[in-house]
Amino acid sequence: MSDSNGTEPIPEPEGAANVIETDYEVGQDNITPKIGPFGLDIHNPVFVVSGLVVVAFVIVTLAFQNQIGPMFGDLRTFLTSSFDWFFLIAGNIFVLVCLALLVSPLGKVRIGGADATPDYSYVGWFAMLFAAGMGIGLMFFGVLEPAYYFATPWGDQPLGRDLGIVDGELADAATVEAARLTAMAGTIYHWGLHPWAIYAVVALALALFTYNKGLPLTVRSIFYPIFGERIWGWPGHVIDILAVFATLFGLATSLGLGAQQAAAGIGFVFGIDGLSDSMTVAVVLIAIITSMALISVLRGLDGGVKRLSELNMILAIVLLLFMILVGPTMTLVSQFFGNVGAYFSEMVALSNPVGRDDDGFRQGWTAFYWAWWISWSPFVGMFIARVSRGRTVREFITCVLLIPTIVSAIWMTTFGGIAIDQMIDRVTESAVYGYVIEDYVPELSLFGMLSELPLASITSVIGIVLVIVFFVTSSDSGSLVIDTITAGGKIDAPVSQRVFWVVFEGLVAAALLLGGGLAALQAASVSTGLPFAIVLLLACYALIRGLISEPR
Amino acid sequence: MYRSIMVPVDLAHLPQIAGAIDVAGDLARHYGATLIFVSITAETPTSIAHTPSEFQEKLSAFAEEQAARMGISAAAKSYASTDPSIDIDEKLVHAIHDTGADLVVMASHKPGLVDYFWAAHGAHLAAHTDTSVFLVR
Repeated sequence: MSDSNGTEPIPEPEGAANVIETDYEVGQDNITPKIGPFGLDIHNPVFVVSGLVVVAFVIVTLAFQNQIGPMFGDLRTFLTSSFDWFFLIAGNIFVLVCLALLVSPLGKVRIGGADATPDYSYVGWFAMLFAAGMGIGLMFFGVLEPAYYFATPWGDQPLGRDLGIVDGELADAATVEAARLTAMAGTIYHWGLHPWAIYAVVALALALFTYNKGLPLTVRSIFYPIFGERIWGWPGHVIDILAVFATLFGLATSLGLGAQQAAAGIGFVFGIDGLSDSMTVAVVLIAIITSMALISVLRGLDGGVKRLSELNMILAIVLLLFMILVGPTMTLVSQFFGNVGAYFSEMVALSNPVGRDDDGFRQGWTAFYWAWWISWSPFVGMFIARVSRGRTVREFITCVLLIPTIVSAIWMTTFGGIAIDQMIDRVTESAVYGYVIEDYVPELSLFGMLSELPLASITSVIGIVLVIVFFVTSSDSGSLVIDTITAGGKIDAPVSQRVFWVVFEGLVAAALLLGGGLAALQAASVSTGLPFAIVLLLACYALIRGLISEPR
Repeated sequence: MYRSIMVPVDLAHLPQIAGAIDVAGDLARHYGATLIFVSITAETPTSIAHTPSEFQEKLSAFAEEQAARMGISAAAKSYASTDPSIDIDEKLVHAIHDTGADLVVMASHKPGLVDYFWAAHGAHLAAHTDTSVFLVR
């Protein structure tokens, strides 16, 4: 009776909440076919259509790679360069909505009803939302992005400012310092308030409509205030199918690309040539990650996903603390405050949607990131929603928006700061310069930076393990989300369904890796960012209306 | 011999468990025992209820109805889970300890291929508690 994972008998009524009266019953559109010995409980048509659409896309991509690749690539570039202003405005709105909720009386609303108690401790909760939302990106971009902005020869640095290194020559001290601050501000901007605000809006809206309003845990429920009962028909099906599409392709393509990067990392660390091109190693890595994700989902949310996320967080903290301690500790501490200061002072310039001439940065990086975060938001948002019952809106925004932003800033300061210091010290001799600027090999940027620190062999191995575990924690939580959406919001569907989605995701990743087309379909999944951006703006409206109707 | 008999029920699949409930009712009358209807529900809205507390109300109403029908005394206790598909066995074991039941009567399906992958709930209870377990097929 002492643990907090929900084994207590259910408490008395959870206090006032304003349930939406609808005739829709969770699972009413579900069908329960039996395939061999396995019984299923799936939403018709969301499960079937999503599955078929995914298979069709994979087949068409494999068959017409040469046409499909450029097509989706161009589509993505077209969207991020034509609608960059829209993405930037939408991002700003999400941040403003979250900050307004934080300080307004609506912040007192509690998810799950006025007397609900949280299912998870702060640590477990935070570990899960961080591992699902951002983990792997921090590993990949932590060194790459700041180092890139500091010395890019391709003209896409933040706000078009002066660079720290031009043509292999270090600039004067004042310019170097300014370039460092701009690089860090640009990076933290992409990993700070804006992405987390996108996740927070989706997650909060889903949690509200599920736990307080009594609607099924599926993306369409957010739009009840706008579409009413029509949400149970095709408008809702389309939203859910799009969410499954974005989640599955987002996960599978990053799994495929990530496996190649991990293979390259292993080759680099252990000095094995040709590993980066080895399909076998990458496929084996996909199989390992998929198997670990499978074990995790079979052990369930508490026994698998949460424990793995906690392990992940401990490993990440160990690596981070090591870097801070062996790196220039005091310098990093003072740089942290300088970077955060730069982030806030450059915020207006960086988030301004019009009248700028840094197209390469604004369109190629910011709009791309925003589309990317938005395309991941149904997945991350739904997962965060599921584990956030019992928190108030104010606690929620603090833990999903403010604290992750601080953690991202610490991470980027440490990894990016050390990388930039290495470039300042050794300029073209530094490994980071070699992998980021001279020969663009982004997947080795982290390992290049680690190789110039003490105990590189140990930290690099931790780095590889972290990359793999972060993929597992994305893969297991993503599969749970897809399973829930395709089961019409049921979280108690037969276990064989989540097994199916985990394995399916691994197979899609492996097929695209072997047949080609990972980048093309990743572009396709990022392209869903535009329709979802519109959908999320509507969600802000639905969220605020929903919160206003709640007792406070 | 038995004082409290736990009957795990799934309110969404009542026809499949009707037999087990009747058997439990007969046993309760015979031993003068109390039936305790136990259910594991999701914290998210389900086809039965919008919230766990609404679920508890429905389960209590169900227990009262059964008690009146069979002329016995009955109680109801539900447990919420963040991942019921996986946690159900663990929660049922917990429920046995929590309710102090000395007999479990539950419906069970015929064993099939799937049982090689996931043990049936009744089998799990028999293996992990010292309570008597009566499976009704």
